[in-house]
Amino acid sequence: MNALEIDRLSVRYGRTTVVDDVSLVVPAGRTLGLVGESGSGKSTIAAAAVGLVAPAAGEVRVGGVVASGGGKAAREARRRLQLVFQDPFSALDPRMSIGDSIAEALRASGRAFSRDARVARVRELLTLVHLDPDRAGDTPAAFSGGQRQRVTIARALAGEPSVLIADEITSALDVSVQGAILNLLRELQENLGLSMLFISHNLAVVRYISDEIAVMRHGRIVESGPTEQLLAAPTEPYTLDLLDAVPVLGVRMAAE
Amino acid sequence: MTWRSRLVSPAGIAAAVGVLLFLFLAIAGPALFVAAAETSNVPARLLPPSLAHPFGTDDLGRDIFARVLVAARVSLLLTLGATVVSTVGGIAYGLIAVILPRHVRRLATGFLDVLLAFPWLLMVLFFTVIWSASAMTAMFAIGIAGIPFMARLVYNLASSVSGRDYVRAARVVGVGPFGILVRHILPNIANPLFVNAAATASVTLLSFAGLSFLGLGVQAPEYDWGRLLQDGVTRIYVNPLAAIGPGIAVVLAGLVFTFVSETLADTRGGGRSAVARRALGAVAPTRRSGAAAIARPALAAGEPVAEIADLRVAFGTADGGEVERVRGVGLRILPGEVVGIVGESGSGKSLTAMALAGLLGADARITTSSHTFDGIDMTRPLTAADRSTLGVELGMVFQDPLTSLNPALTIGRQLTEVPEVHLKMPRAKAREHAAAALEAVGIADARRRLSQYPHQFSGGMRQRAMIGQALTGRPKLIIADEPTTALDVTVQRQVMGVLRRAQRDTGAAIVFISHDIALVSAFCDRVLVMKDGLIVEELDAQRLREDATHPYSRALIACLPDMTSDRTQPLPVIPPELAAAALAEEVGV
Repeated sequence: MNALEIDRLSVRYGRTTVVDDVSLVVPAGRTLGLVGESGSGKSTIAAAAVGLVAPAAGEVRVGGVVASGGGKAAREARRRLQLVFQDPFSALDPRMSIGDSIAEALRASGRAFSRDARVARVRELLTLVHLDPDRAGDTPAAFSGGQRQRVTIARALAGEPSVLIADEITSALDVSVQGAILNLLRELQENLGLSMLFISHNLAVVRYISDEIAVMRHGRIVESGPTEQLLAAPTEPYTLDLLDAVPVLGVRMAAE
Repeated sequence: MTWRSRLVSPAGIAAAVGVLLFLFLAIAGPALFVAAAETSNVPARLLPPSLAHPFGTDDLGRDIFARVLVAARVSLLLTLGATVVSTVGGIAYGLIAVILPRHVRRLATGFLDVLLAFPWLLMVLFFTVIWSASAMTAMFAIGIAGIPFMARLVYNLASSVSGRDYVRAARVVGVGPFGILVRHILPNIANPLFVNAAATASVTLLSFAGLSFLGLGVQAPEYDWGRLLQDGVTRIYVNPLAAIGPGIAVVLAGLVFTFVSETLADTRGGGRSAVARRALGAVAPTRRSGAAAIARPALAAGEPVAEIADLRVAFGTADGGEVERVRGVGLRILPGEVVGIVGESGSGKSLTAMALAGLLGADARITTSSHTFDGIDMTRPLTAADRSTLGVELGMVFQDPLTSLNPALTIGRQLTEVPEVHLKMPRAKAREHAAAALEAVGIADARRRLSQYPHQFSGGMRQRAMIGQALTGRPKLIIADEPTTALDVTVQRQVMGVLRRAQRDTGAAIVFISHDIALVSAFCDRVLVMKDGLIVEELDAQRLREDATHPYSRALIACLPDMTSDRTQPLPVIPPELAAAALAEEVGV
């Protein structure tokens, strides 16, 4: 059973087609990595999946239920899909305490919470991402970049999603913090049985976290397959190019 | 800026004193002064100013000073009323316009633009004519006439906030349009809104005085400052204070409103933008006077192109203390050398490089025991010739070329600056020189590109253009501060290639700053690892993995996933006792 199916999705901004007939599948409990250069349409896929942009064609299904378009069933299916944004500094309302930001997202779970239950659940979520639950009343300004990213992960988890879409979530972070966040994601996936669509332009990071990889360019998927297999024997020149461009410690980079 | 520090600022004190004074007048004024203000005393009519009557008396013998004090209540109430009408109306219109579907929204904003183009006074006159002249009419007329301005402001502020990720995040979890307005948009635009409302109030007050003066506002026997002004002006040659008195009241109240808006204004980030300005000024020098930079003699063998010793950089904190961000760093850059500085945010790596270039803002407290660039003593005040030399020989490439290239000037204007100003080339030659620099960084069709603006370039191209700008001089040192952090790996590789070629062609030294230790090692000769404002280790880039002995360097290397990381194991993280001070909490997983 697939947690997320994106079926022949196309998105247009005006006359430009930014996502062109893309199909992706995230199997339950697995992670699909989506790599590609900026402007290749990766983030637009994420935005279309959660309903922030309307697709021009195609369908998004969560656990087999159509999540694109209007209607109650589609809206509910969309809530099972939560998004973590790239920039933890703009993804949290600076005037709202982090506890309130997380509490606001509880509505996506579709359950009704009493006041006490809400507080308890926010504390539980903060503990889940290894933050001190007593700091729920602080505003984002009191937290560092990595801590804020933990808060946005907690907010996404508040909706009790079956699929988490992580859109370049480590590219604004320091490398040491990046490692801690990646570890957290893997831990959460294991404990909560989450499925993930992990979007990044950093091939090393995608390789580390993904079971399968899809390579995107100019709005299309150019190559996809199981991680080890794809990286060991890429067939597309663009994938080779991407692999080639990853800087390796202590190895002099060839000039252009 | 905290509320406390805002209130003790000069504007804050003036605002507080003014508000208290006018509040007192509005509440107690009529009760205290009504006798003197409204009892006719015909024998004492039309008296000139005296101690008993500071502004004199009017044609019924009433004390004008007392009338000004009593009129404060009506004048201020009308002003506040009108301001509330425009603010509430503006917020309602602006916020509703933001959540309307696209086509309807166009109509709504188009209508606003039409209203904005309409002179407000004409609008007020229109309303007073259809509703007949009275104080209330004037209040609503002025208030309604102010709505388009406020609505436009609210609309602009709100649409910039509604594009933020936290608003999109709220939409993803299912918060409706109304909830987003109330919970996210309104609180985040409240501050500039209040500032503007307070500023509008002072304009409104003047409008009232104007309307009453024209006889369209408050009607006799009621009076406000405008009416008093109207009464007084007929006798301005006999008793000038009868008109000037109410005028002073209007000006004072207007000042208080302005001070209030000043105090409300959020000035956070001013320091940062000052730094940015300074940095920009150095990259694109606008000084048109001064001597041409003369080609300086080649450095003797072994002599560094730039050197700084025992550098310390501190900043003042909000509570009057000082925090030291660079704590004794020495740096010696030899000609043609490529030196990498690697460290996490807050390690002081950028500050060190900016200090080396002499580009830190006035808020940075810098101490060094020595600091030279190409033989210039940078610790002394620089002469015009020195500055010209710096402009020609020092190139800067920043992380975000969108903010470090001037968006209002063509690429050509920015690339001909150094040749024209510092190398004294004629315009045509400078343009050729700039085109050659763009070609050198691999931008095709360079001549046409020169007349384009930065926003017409892609991210990678802008970064090339910045490197090209450094090449338009005779660079001896290029400082590249996270130049590829915003770019993809493939574009990153191209930009690094361009930088490398630039270095080979010009023989310039490069200081390359990054948090990516793999990238630094792949590009540089020598790598400095910084942490908490100190250099903890200096390493040969090619032998980084083998030679690193400092536990922090080793941890930085270990925590970076590469194409050989074991996918079955959690990634190593920097142990808490090693983590940089600013990040201590971060990695305590």
